[in-house]
Amino acid sequence: MSTTSSETRPSFLTSLFRNNNALGVMFMLPAAVFLVCFLTYPLGLGVWLGFTDTKIGRDGIFIGLENYEFLWGDSVFWLSVFNTVLYTFVASVLKFGLGLWLALILNENLPFKSFFRAIVLLPWVVPTVLSALAFWWIYDAQFSIVSWSLMQLGLIDHPINFLGDPVNARASVIAANVWRGIPFVAISLLAGLQTISPSLQEAASLDGATSWQRFRYVTLPMLTPIIAVVMTFSVLFTFTDFQLIYVLTKGGPVNATHLMATLSFQRGIPGGQLGEGAAIAVAMIPFLLASILFSFFGLQRRKWQQGGQD
Amino acid sequence: MTINRRDLLAASAGIVAASGLGKFGMTPAFAQGAEPKYTPEAGASLRLLRWTPFVQGDEDAWLANTKKFTEATGVEVRVDKESWEDIRPKAAVAANVGSGPDMVMCWFDDAHQYPDKLVDMTDLATYLGDKYGGWYEGMRGYAVRDDKFIALPLAAIGNAVVYRDSHMKAAGFNEFPKDTDGFLELCKAMKAKGTPAGFPHGKAVGDGNNYAHWLLWSHGGKMVDESGKVAINSPETIAAINYAKALYETFIPGTESWQDINNNRAFLAGQVSLIANGVSVYYAAKKDPALAEIAADIRSTNFPIGPVGQSVELHQTSSLLLFSHTKYPEAAKAYIKFMMEADQMNSWIAGASAYCCQPLKAFASNPVWTADPIHAPYARASETLRPNGYAGPLGYASAGVMADYVLVDMFAVAVTGQMTPEEAVEQAEKRANRYYRV
Repeated sequence: MSTTSSETRPSFLTSLFRNNNALGVMFMLPAAVFLVCFLTYPLGLGVWLGFTDTKIGRDGIFIGLENYEFLWGDSVFWLSVFNTVLYTFVASVLKFGLGLWLALILNENLPFKSFFRAIVLLPWVVPTVLSALAFWWIYDAQFSIVSWSLMQLGLIDHPINFLGDPVNARASVIAANVWRGIPFVAISLLAGLQTISPSLQEAASLDGATSWQRFRYVTLPMLTPIIAVVMTFSVLFTFTDFQLIYVLTKGGPVNATHLMATLSFQRGIPGGQLGEGAAIAVAMIPFLLASILFSFFGLQRRKWQQGGQD
Repeated sequence: MTINRRDLLAASAGIVAASGLGKFGMTPAFAQGAEPKYTPEAGASLRLLRWTPFVQGDEDAWLANTKKFTEATGVEVRVDKESWEDIRPKAAVAANVGSGPDMVMCWFDDAHQYPDKLVDMTDLATYLGDKYGGWYEGMRGYAVRDDKFIALPLAAIGNAVVYRDSHMKAAGFNEFPKDTDGFLELCKAMKAKGTPAGFPHGKAVGDGNNYAHWLLWSHGGKMVDESGKVAINSPETIAAINYAKALYETFIPGTESWQDINNNRAFLAGQVSLIANGVSVYYAAKKDPALAEIAADIRSTNFPIGPVGQSVELHQTSSLLLFSHTKYPEAAKAYIKFMMEADQMNSWIAGASAYCCQPLKAFASNPVWTADPIHAPYARASETLRPNGYAGPLGYASAGVMADYVLVDMFAVAVTGQMTPEEAVEQAEKRANRYYRV
């Protein structure tokens, strides 16, 4: 009796497990809960805080766009926007150029190839704070090894003011960021290079292509999808950089190296203006979205990859 | 550290053994005029959040005192440490959510950011003030709001000028100048001798703010007036900036990138001969045998007096907060009272070896201040101290302006020539107004 009833009228659970849609939802539920709790909710809260005058230790009330109006008239905020865009642009271009160059070299048949590939990863492996501290000493106003060496060589007569002069300071933090970011770009692109079949290169050689032509018309188009992903990540990391700046300059001299992330922290946590800090962080989102959209809809287009135009 | 902390502890232990028990739990042995009595609630236990001590002696003494309190009352007190930058957000969150530590050693104007979340301790503060020669004015300023003590002043972490005696003498000065004009001459002479001074114009939370506030206040400038209206744009501020420019010319190059640690480093390496710092730089030199020569040559003094005619400095200030969310307010007050009484306070000040300056005038006679001549200027920290939002009310605006380095940046843009003094003041005024919201 019981068997027949279970066969004719399967229990609710059994039918649920037999339903592909229901099963799919159930499998996705843990991931969805995770994403909602740890990504969507904090992001939503951050956006909401940006519309309030919340202080640390005091709930805020909704004030609409007031935080953004204040930021609009704030020269330090605009300086930080300029710094962030400059920092991201210059550092990303350098990281891409040097990273690609390094990847091409590592792709050749070098002696001790694996050893060099491992070595290249080192700057990426060292925790940012540690490498930032090392750079802090390298750029120290009095004890810089660079200044010292140049002075010993008789090339300069006083230490270079690495972090005290606005132009030098920007160049210095960008250099530190590039040093740290190259391995990620280089190793990822190297992985991409190795997926390119050698037979394509051989065919091109037989057709009489020069090494530049082989790079331009074979390697680069095949590499574009990887470049798109790698550079999207690289831009995102650079745009949201915090630790390096915070250790090296804390945004100084006179805010010349303040990025939006560091300014957001400075106003939000030590300054207690949580709402305003959140607004600065939210103001980063359009830039980040733009770079993601550019990568997804631009760099991944077949036509572009094949060197054509729309 | 050769301070007679051990002797002091030994001496005070006896007194506590004799009188300590009488004050708590038991019947009062002797009744003073307005002495408040706090009887800890049954089964009470407390949590205190404090900044990580700068010296081990501070922590040892504080914990020893806490242990004495526990022995006398049976109330367990858990003391948690956080690095000093993290205290501010953690305390604010504890105040906001109404749980966490019962008491916090906070910084600067923290108490004024959530005054309604704090227990009024006016009776305790009045009693302690009457008993121990009164509170220092600046320390009191951080703790009092609308004539009520929303916090109890605890200590000033003093800042003083530290210099190399032989280098000063070589520059032709037999004693350290007392006023700002003489100070400028000294710095010029020391620069000429190749032993320059150095003060941070970078984002140095402690030292940078100290220096900038001294520059401003010693010339009579102020960020806001008594009503909280931004008053930075004044001839006094311009004078302060011009003075800072002249002084900056005598510094070692690169101080606009200096953070808190740079001046210590440069001083101990013999690169600069005159800085302003906590007493830590002296102990760093003293502990290292390789630096014995520098340690013997170090002298300390207070910042020179400017046109305003009195010593005015910022220093770091810490107060004790008692949150109203505590379940055991009586036990907490008993604890705070116990820690502030002479036996405990004296042993703590001695243990902190000149880092922590007393909040109550009677403790100025603590032997630690005469144990080493280097300590002497640090003894005056509480006396020369002025709250950071001077002369206006304290709160979010005063905290925000300092955390945003408005004053530090104002001097830095002017001394490096990026802006004229007038432009620098205008920009600082604009930035301060964003916080004081005109």
